[in-house]
Amino acid sequence: MAQADAAGFDPRLAWPLAAFLAVLFVLPLLLLAGLSLQTPAGVGLGQYGKFLGDAFSLQVLGSTMRLGAEVTLACLVLGFPLAWLHAQSGPRVRGLLMLLVLLPLLTSVVVRTFAWIVVLGRQGIVNSALQGMGLTETPLRLLYTEGGVVAALAQVQMPLMVLPLIAALGRIGPDLQDAAGMLGAGAWRAFRTVVLPLALPGVIAGCLLTFTAAVTAFITQSLVGGGQMLFMPAYVLQQALALGDMPFASAISMIFLVAVLAVVAALTALGRRVRGYA
Amino acid sequence: MRDAQPDALPAAGPDTVLEAGSAARPGIGPAAGSAAAAGHALAPVRPQGAEAAPHAAPDRAAPRGSGSAAAPARQRVGWEALSFRLVMGGLAGLALVLLTGPTLVVLIVSFTSGLSLRFPPPGLSLRWYAALADASGLQFAAWNSLKVAGAATALSLVLGVAAALGIARSRSASARWLDGLFMAPLILPALAFGLAALMLFTQLGLPVSPLTLTLGHTVVCVPFVVRNTLASLQQLDPSLLEGSASLGASRAYTFRRVVLPLVRPGIMAGAFICFMASFDNIPVSLFLRDAATDMLPIRMWQDLEGKLDVTIAALSGVLIAATVAAMLLMERLTGLSRRLT
Repeated sequence: MAQADAAGFDPRLAWPLAAFLAVLFVLPLLLLAGLSLQTPAGVGLGQYGKFLGDAFSLQVLGSTMRLGAEVTLACLVLGFPLAWLHAQSGPRVRGLLMLLVLLPLLTSVVVRTFAWIVVLGRQGIVNSALQGMGLTETPLRLLYTEGGVVAALAQVQMPLMVLPLIAALGRIGPDLQDAAGMLGAGAWRAFRTVVLPLALPGVIAGCLLTFTAAVTAFITQSLVGGGQMLFMPAYVLQQALALGDMPFASAISMIFLVAVLAVVAALTALGRRVRGYA
Repeated sequence: MRDAQPDALPAAGPDTVLEAGSAARPGIGPAAGSAAAAGHALAPVRPQGAEAAPHAAPDRAAPRGSGSAAAPARQRVGWEALSFRLVMGGLAGLALVLLTGPTLVVLIVSFTSGLSLRFPPPGLSLRWYAALADASGLQFAAWNSLKVAGAATALSLVLGVAAALGIARSRSASARWLDGLFMAPLILPALAFGLAALMLFTQLGLPVSPLTLTLGHTVVCVPFVVRNTLASLQQLDPSLLEGSASLGASRAYTFRRVVLPLVRPGIMAGAFICFMASFDNIPVSLFLRDAATDMLPIRMWQDLEGKLDVTIAALSGVLIAATVAAMLLMERLTGLSRRLT
């Protein structure tokens, strides 16, 4: 194998992992695709037809995608100011903020979801506070609502949004904003015309991560959402493990996968255009 | 988490996955690698200390409109700046409360003396932490999770570090393609991969076991090792290696004495995140475990589905404390937070 420079290592070093993933990652997905084509009548697209012709299935897909979009938006609206605060702060505050962002990322998802059950439950802190202030007589139902799921998922996925934003804002530096101010732009205008466009690659990276994580966050969806709301991951699980309908479960997985990839591709394409512009 | 669906992977293109993986993935390493790969003009190699360098804080507060701006304009600017700061600061504060609040609430509730998750707790005690000592099901699951996470991390290190070395300095199309393959498990829904892996192992006649769990976890966790190792290799100054070679050192010696010490923090950070991701994995474990190989997150989830148990709050307290300790240690050893942005 040719080694162009002294710093190069033998490219063959990458082969074991490539082989490992070919057998344990690509092959299983091919099997999944193959199984999704099995119908009682033979090989065909019947399972896909069943999904696409079923209003309930389409509604599950739609609500999963909507959930992803809502969580991503919530994370962006709250995460961007947090990243901005990080960029504005001195080194000590930065370290602290970084710790506060990283800790949830590394804490078990079940623990973080459980925290929301404690917060939103009938005897939870929100209901205690509302009753204490005399705003409500009986505890409100906060758990098992879509708003509850969005709030919990936004918290669980927020670090995935904030970290790329911190990286993006860190690269801009304050000089440009100051220059904009010097040239007469107000704070809002400088933000809109200078900071935001330059941070867009980070915004897109963060949205991509938050979205893909939110739609597949099975535990948070099912624990905070309860049995009333069904999202794609639970739908796959229900068909595969509870009902044993593997071909249909495979087809649902494939449709889910394609839907997620479509969003990833769209955001990546957008990111490429934005990067050319910034 | 996520798998490559055979049509879509080539269709979306290797570089889709590559970019998503690198430009995006914060869990995996400096965005430097990504931004650089994407042709961002700034910082192909972002020096480790870059964060602190350009923006010293003090001049931040300097009046913006100073200089020749007329008084009314200055007033307008001042009001704008104030409203901007209020809105951004308020939202950032809300984000911080949202990020930290629930965890604090769980910690406080875990010390309750009562029987329910009521907040505020009626009194404080350590009874639920004591109850953990008798929770044999949770202990069994925790032990399994630790073993699988350890094995998956070891396997990921061997495969991932070698792979990162193989593609680090290459600009070839095949290296880009491989990078896309290595990152793909991060982007695609892990639950679909879990189901697919179960099918594969069933076809192969392998019953679910710690082995199948380890293999499945390695697939979804190895990207963290690859990404972090790549990032530190890309920051390595090639002239150091040329110097070592010109002084007569063999490639193996150069690797051991020059390369490895310089990239070790990156490898360690990757291994740490890989371990945490495996320990916390649910979508893959869901399909690849059985009662004999119970995993902690799943045991906790099932306990929570059944009854809202305060023991889980105490266990959460233990996990939070362990995470904080591990994170502070890794921050000290590897500068973890710098690697994640």
